[in-house]
Order: sequence, then C-alpha cells, then structure tokens
Amino acid sequence: MIHDIFILIYTLIKVVLITLPLLLFVAYLTYLERKIIGYIQGRIGPNRVGIYGLAQPFADFFKLLTKELIIPTASNRYLFLIAPVLALVPALAAWAVIPFSEGLVLSNINAGLLYLFAISSLGVYGILIAGWASNSKYALLGAMRSAAQTISYEIAMGFAFVGVLMASGTLNLQDIVLHQQGGILHWFWIPLLPLFFVYWVSAVAETNRAPFDVAEGESEIVAGFHVEYSGMTFAIFFMAEYANMILVSAIAALLFLGGWLSPFENIPVLDAWFDWVPGFAWLLLKTSGFLFLLIWLRATFPRYRYDQIMRLGWKVLIPITILWIVVLGFSIESHLGPWFTEERMAITHDTFVG
Amino acid sequence: MLLETIFFYLFAAGVVLSAVGVVFLRNPVHSALSLVLAFVFSACLWLMLQAEFLALILILVYVGAVMTLFLFVVMTINLDADIKKQTFVHYLPFGLLLMALLAALLLFVLKPAHFLSIGQPIIQDQDYSNVQVLGKVLYTHYVYPFELAAVLLLVAIVAAISLNPRQPSNKKTQNTEKQLYIKRADRVRLLSMPTEKKP
Amino acid sequence: MYLSTFFANATPALPEIALLSMTCIVLLADLFFSRLCPRIPYYLTQLALLGVICLSLCALNKPQTSAFFGMFMADPLSSLLNVFICLTSLFSFLYARSFLEETKMPLGEYYTLGLFSVLGMMLMVSSQNFLPLFLGLELQSLPLYAMIALRRSSGIASEAAMKYFIMGSLASAMLLYGISLLYGVTHSLSISEAAIIFSQGTATHNTVFACALVFIIAGIAFKFGAAPFHAWAPDVYQGAPSIVTLFLGSAPKIAMLGFTFKFLVQAMPTLQTQWQLFFIILAVLSMALGNIVAVVQTNFKRMLAYSSISHMGYMLLGLISGTQAGYAAATFYIIAYAFMTLAGFAMIALLSKAGVEAESIKDFQGLNYKHPWLAFLVMVVMFSMAGVPPTIGFFAKLSVLQALVQVDLVWLAALALIFSVIGAYYYIAVIKTMYFDQPEKSTPFPTLPLDATIAISVNGLLLLILGLFPSGLIELCNKVFL
Repeated sequence: MIHDIFILIYTLIKVVLITLPLLLFVAYLTYLERKIIGYIQGRIGPNRVGIYGLAQPFADFFKLLTKELIIPTASNRYLFLIAPVLALVPALAAWAVIPFSEGLVLSNINAGLLYLFAISSLGVYGILIAGWASNSKYALLGAMRSAAQTISYEIAMGFAFVGVLMASGTLNLQDIVLHQQGGILHWFWIPLLPLFFVYWVSAVAETNRAPFDVAEGESEIVAGFHVEYSGMTFAIFFMAEYANMILVSAIAALLFLGGWLSPFENIPVLDAWFDWVPGFAWLLLKTSGFLFLLIWLRATFPRYRYDQIMRLGWKVLIPITILWIVVLGFSIESHLGPWFTEERMAITHDTFVG
Repeated sequence: MLLETIFFYLFAAGVVLSAVGVVFLRNPVHSALSLVLAFVFSACLWLMLQAEFLALILILVYVGAVMTLFLFVVMTINLDADIKKQTFVHYLPFGLLLMALLAALLLFVLKPAHFLSIGQPIIQDQDYSNVQVLGKVLYTHYVYPFELAAVLLLVAIVAAISLNPRQPSNKKTQNTEKQLYIKRADRVRLLSMPTEKKP
Repeated sequence: MYLSTFFANATPALPEIALLSMTCIVLLADLFFSRLCPRIPYYLTQLALLGVICLSLCALNKPQTSAFFGMFMADPLSSLLNVFICLTSLFSFLYARSFLEETKMPLGEYYTLGLFSVLGMMLMVSSQNFLPLFLGLELQSLPLYAMIALRRSSGIASEAAMKYFIMGSLASAMLLYGISLLYGVTHSLSISEAAIIFSQGTATHNTVFACALVFIIAGIAFKFGAAPFHAWAPDVYQGAPSIVTLFLGSAPKIAMLGFTFKFLVQAMPTLQTQWQLFFIILAVLSMALGNIVAVVQTNFKRMLAYSSISHMGYMLLGLISGTQAGYAAATFYIIAYAFMTLAGFAMIALLSKAGVEAESIKDFQGLNYKHPWLAFLVMVVMFSMAGVPPTIGFFAKLSVLQALVQVDLVWLAALALIFSVIGAYYYIAVIKTMYFDQPEKSTPFPTLPLDATIAISVNGLLLLILGLFPSGLIELCNKVFL
C-alpha cells in the first residue's frame, strides 16, 4: 500500500516535470507565432513588454487571468465551464506516452500509438460541448463544422498511423523510433512519404489551424465555438490549441523523422562532431521545425471552403493512404532496403510469429 | 491489490451511474454525454483487465467517432423533451410490469452457480502485447467472422448512401469543373460598334 | 504461409466467395458502366445467381466438409437451401426490373443490396458457429431495410422500413442475448461443441438453457413472422413496394429455416422436448390468427401477409414432429411457400400501373375478362396456398400433417386441418372475384413486360407441375436429412 502511494507520488512529480515546461513552451509559442507572422507580413510583432517583447506572454496571461468571466444567461452553466478543460486535458494527457529520448518517457506502454490516437480523438468534445453549451448560433455552427472536420480527417490520420505501424511492426512509440535507426535516409519519411504528407495535412486539420480553421472562422462566424468565452476560460481554449500544435508536431517528428535520433548518424565526420548533442535536443529541433511550418502555413494560405475541406479529406487523402498501404505491404513483403530488410523487421517479427 | 480494488469499484460505480444517467436525464444532449462517460469508464475497466486494445478502440471508435456524430445529430435536431415524457408516462405501467418480469427471470437464471467458473485473470508480464495476440487470433482462427463483419460494414455504407437523396433537381451548387474550364469568350462578347456621330 | 492454407481450406465456401466477389463487381460495374448500359447491374446479378446455383448444385451430392477452422460447413442440406434461396431470388429480381425502371428507383443499389442479402442468407444456412450465424442474419436483414426504404417518394414504404428495422433490431437483440447466455454456460460458440455440452447438461445448466431458449425462439419467431411475434408482418408487407415484399417474403424464410435447423436441431437436439412446446404454441397461434384475420382483409397484400403468418404456422408443424421426415416436410413446405409467395406478390407487381400498385382485392375484379392467362395463374397460386390438389401446396400440407400423425400429435394435425378449411375461404374469394365479378370499365389494362410474363408463367406452372409430380422434390428433401 505504502509502496503504491510512493509510486503514485513519484509519477505525479514526473507529470509536473513534463507539464510545466510544456505550458511554458505553449506561452512562448504564442509569442513566436506573433513574431513570425509579423515578420512574414513585414511588421515587427510584439516588442513593448520586456526586451524584444519577451515578457509579452506573461502580460497576456495576467490580463486574461484578471478579466471578468462572463457566463451567458441562457447557457448551460456546468457544461460551459467544463468544455475548456475537456479541450485542454487530452492535449496534455497525450504527452504521457511521448518518448523524449531513449528511456525518457513517462509511461512506456505497448499500445502507445493507439493511445495517442484515442486520446487525440477526444479533443473534439471540448469544442462540441463549448459550442452547444454557449447557446449561441455562431458557437453551434463552429462546433458542428469542427466535429465533421475532425471525424473526416481522423480517418486519413488513422491510415497514416497504420502505415507507420506496418513499417515498424509495433505500436510502442519508443520502438518505432528505434526502428528508424541508421541515419536520415533510414527514417520513415522516405518509404512513407505520401503518408507523411497526409498525416501532416490531417494534423493541421485536426488542430483546427489555418487553412482549416473553419471552426473558428473569424470572418464568417466571429470566433466559432469560443465566441462566448472570456478571460481564463478563453485562455484555456487558447492553451489547448497551442498544446495540440506542439503535440502533432512532436508526433510527426517521432513517427516520420526519427524522433530523438541524430540526422548525422553513420556519416563519418559529422557523426562524431554532433555526438555530444542529447537526443532530446534533436527532438525539440524537429518539433520546432514543424511548428514553424504550422505558423508559416497560417501566414500563407487563405481559408478553405467547407465543402472543399470535406472533398480533400474524403476523396483525396483517404484514397492516397489506402493506395500507399497496399504499396507498403508489397515493399515490406519483398524486404525493400534499407527500411524493411530482414534483420530490421526481425526485431519485431519475432514476437509476431514466435 | 487494495489500490486496484478501489479503482475497480470507482470505475464500476462510474459505469453504473452514467448508464442510469443516460436513461433518466431529461436533456437528450446530457443523455448522450452520459453515455460517453459510460464508455470511458468501461474502457478504464478493460484497461484494468490488460485488454488495452479493446479499451483504446472503444475510446477511439465509440467515444471519438460514433458519439461525436451522435451528439452532432442530437444537437442539430433539438429534441423536445416534453413530448417524449408524455408518451413515456403513457406506457409506464406496462413497461414496469415487463421490467419486473424480466428482472425476476434474470435474477433467477443469472446466478454465478449456473455458469462455469472463469477463474482469476492471468497477470501477463511486461512484454505481453494485447494487440499482437488479438491480431493473431483475428486473422487466423476468426478470419471468417472478421471478414463477414467487414462485409456487413460495406453493406451499411452502401445502404446509407443509397438512401440519400440523389441529385435533387432544385439544388443550386457550383460546378467546379465547369468553372475551371470557363474561357473569356464564354462570358464576354466583344463588339465593334461604330462610334456615334456627334451632332 | 497462412495464405496458401487459407485458400486450400476455403474451397467448400466457393459459392459464397463467388457471390461476394460478384456482388463487389456489380457494385463497381454500376458505378463505371451504368451510363453505357443502365441494365448492367441487373444482367450481372442474374449471372451471379445462376453461377451460384450451378456451384451449389455441384456441391449437392458431396459429403459435408468444413472450412475456416470449423466455422463454416457445406453439407447437402445447406447446398439444397442455397439452390432454392438463389432460385427464388433470381425470380424476385426478375420481377423487380420493370418496376424499378418504371419508378426510376436506383437499379444498381437495389441489386447490390439484394445480392448482399442473398449472401447473408447463404451464410445463415452454412455457418457452423453462433458468431458467423448471427452476422449472416444481420447481413441478410440489413439490406432488406434499405431496400424497402429505397423508394423515397413513398411515405408508406419509409414507415414500413422503420417498423421493420426497429422490430428486426429488437429480434436480433433478443437472439443475441440468448446466444450470450448459451456462451456463458458452454464457453464456446461452436455449434458442434455446444451440442456436446448440451447433451451432458446438468440440471442447473438446464435453467439457463431454458431461459436462453426463450430469447432465441422469440428472435427466430420474429424473423419468421410467426404469431405472437407477427405484428410487423402485415404493415411491412403492405408498405413495402411489392417487388421488395416478394423478395423478403420468400428467400429469407428459406434461410431462416436453415438457421433454425442449426440452432435447434444441430445444437440442441437434447432440448427437443422444451423447444417443441414453444413451437406448438407458436404454430397454433399463427395458424389461427393468420387464417382468421386474413378473412376480413380487403387489401390483397395484407391478406397475403396474414396468409404467410398462417403458412409459417404450418411449416413449424414439421419442426414440431422432431423426426427426419418432419424436418424434410418443413423444408419442402418452406420451398413450396417461397414459390407461392413469389407468384402471389409478382401478380401485384405486374398489375401495377405507373408505379401505383394493384393492392386492393377489387383490382382483381373480372381479371378473367381482361387477361384470362393471368387469371388462371392467380387461380393456381390461390389453390396452391389453400392446399387444394393437384397443386404443390396440397402436398406440402400433406407431408407436414403426415409427419405429425407419425409422432401421435393427431390433435394438432386435426386443428391444422380445421384452420386450413377456414383459410380456403378467403383464397377462393379471390378466385370468385376474378372469375365471376364484372370488371370496372374505366381502368385500362397495363402492358406486361415479356420477361416477367414468361417468368410468372413458369413460376405458376411450377406450382402445378410440382403438384402433379412432387416425388422428386420430396425425395430430395428427404435425402439431405439422412
């Protein structure tokens, strides 16, 4: 009993160690976004609070914290308040299985990929409930759009995951990364290139980011599902969105770009030069690259029309994934090198056949 | 072991309470959300039995997809709770009678003594992967019912799509193909007209 | 490694696999070639059914072989039922074509769904495990719900689809609950394994078995449409377009009989005394209610619906006897019934004018003056349903009654006879309307499509010819139970 409680407390400490830096990252991601979009659009971005505006996230945070919480009279009070939490919790809970480096993971479960997928599919509830509980037409419209969009793109994303599962033969995220060992050409982005692309498009759609941000759609439905939210509740929605952005970027890095593995592996001179860099730093770098891409996309593309989003999801992305899974099946059966060589597949194959 | 027991009763109570909520909550949206909660709790129970694949698939498919669409529909059609209640009361005595009969029958039949003992669940070691074991059985021994289930889903898709209205004649929609192939000549007609003489 | 053994083991399921492949081809052909040739789904469908009939006929004389780890079993009984399932479906799809084209219903979807349903029926008679049996049942009924609702402009069809869907789901749920109880006791879903455990069942087990039996028989009776679980049948038969009614009234009943054999005869032979009692109640109620209520119907489809309820009652008599001869008689009865129902509803479908169906018995007034051949065929069908010699219906009734008398259930046989005399009244009333009433002047007679006319002639004459020379079919039915 005492042992159990000890383990519980130890785990809680680990959770805090993951969550706090994550939230800090979220705060600075908002700053980064404003800066980057500013430069892309020929502006400077926030530069008043602190040096280069570096204290801006904290200023925003305290502003939102002290603002009045407005709960619309005809709304459903409890659901209205629960909704933001429901949006944030899956975004944080998913980090439980993300390996930051070899062995550096909160919970090394065998069905990690499945867990990620299941948890990320829960995020839509925050939006749906917020939209309904607000008792506002714009909010409901946003929620409906978001629900349909998330469901549609989840399928394509799931098939992309299936491709990764086939290529690595395991659902354990750590093993998936280890399966990509051997340098930049051994990572899954080459054999799974179409799936990588599909994953990334669906990831952008799943996080409701531009150009798939019809759920918010400022210019059409004001702010969509969170139009009635103010103060801290709005801040939590905001945090959930950015935490999700970091999550999908980290997953992309783990599944397709070799996670914490160095890109210079097996390259004679560079390999030794960069030997000192910790695996965590590579993961951070790759994740940041994807985050930059997300922001870049937002600054570049106009919003999709709703029916175009549906057509892209159902008629383009899903057929691509199905086709590529067939191709992948053949290439794995023929042990196409350097990704699916016999000894590489044998690592996980033993457990299958044996 | 104690902690496990506590969690089991916690989750079990959660399942039962949310299931009761599904039936007795007045607002259909609340009922649906209650059902979501019941699914989540039963997934937790499955997790405790080391059936992680079933647990996660339950969350993924039922909570993540099916119930989302269900909520989608319930939220859009805005059911009137009062009408539902009137008919409910109307049939209540008969329903109660039936329920009592069924409950009595099941109480009589569903005794543990009537079923072969299942025994304690086997505690698997760290490397045990529920997903692999299930996959192996599903694609060998159970491949026949598995394929049948796939055909059933195909039928459901065909049925659902064929029941949709096909191209209503009064639908006003853009034809992208047509729009893309439009040429200037289709829209603008350039005329050469003699200039008017000034008086 | 698995793949090669898989294909080697799958050969007994060749008819089913062929049908599934053809169904997918029909689905795709409808998508890609229906502009070139709108009837291509229809032709392919009939081709597929003909092929499956041939394959099943080849398998008729083979000994029983199992596949898919014992979950599938092809034996003479399943092959025989398969042949007749496909044959009745072939006829019903043939009758459907002109109606579908007239009312502009989607041809491709209708036939694809129909083929899926046929596949489900074939699986229902040849699976050897509760799990695929149940899946087959669902596969059979799911397309039927959609086929009824396919005519979207008809409100009554949507209502019928809804009723059928809800009732059908309820029946499936009951059946599933019964199966789950059985599984709780036996820890096995395999029929052959379950049969062994049932035979050694102790007294405590028997309580659960009896309870499970209640649910299973209720589910089966729902699907058969036997009283007191018949309430959906008249509304669905009437509401659905006739072409769908003739499909769902014929082939699924044959499949359901195979399903019942699997569940009761093969899995629980030791519980015979228990399910016999249930079936006696069902049969008596069905015969009484079906025949008596049918007398007052003015709608022809509704009348046929009640008549089908009563026919289910007679068919159950064969099961009640619990002997090989009884089972063979039930099989013979259900095949005869399927062809009679086909012909009966096909008449309504044929006489429909521009999508308006000739539902009322009044629409048959003086048919003899307008189209004597059709009137003659209707007369044959009516005589056959009433069980008047020399039609097939007579021998069907005779054989079930014989089976009953052999096991000393004379009182039941006498009761059945009395009800069939009551039933004869309304069948003959239709004949009287056709031959002795004057036709209404104003209604023009619809032009009949040639293929359907030939089919209905073959169908009607089959009832007569099989009635004159029934020994072949009876022998066949007896042979598969040896």
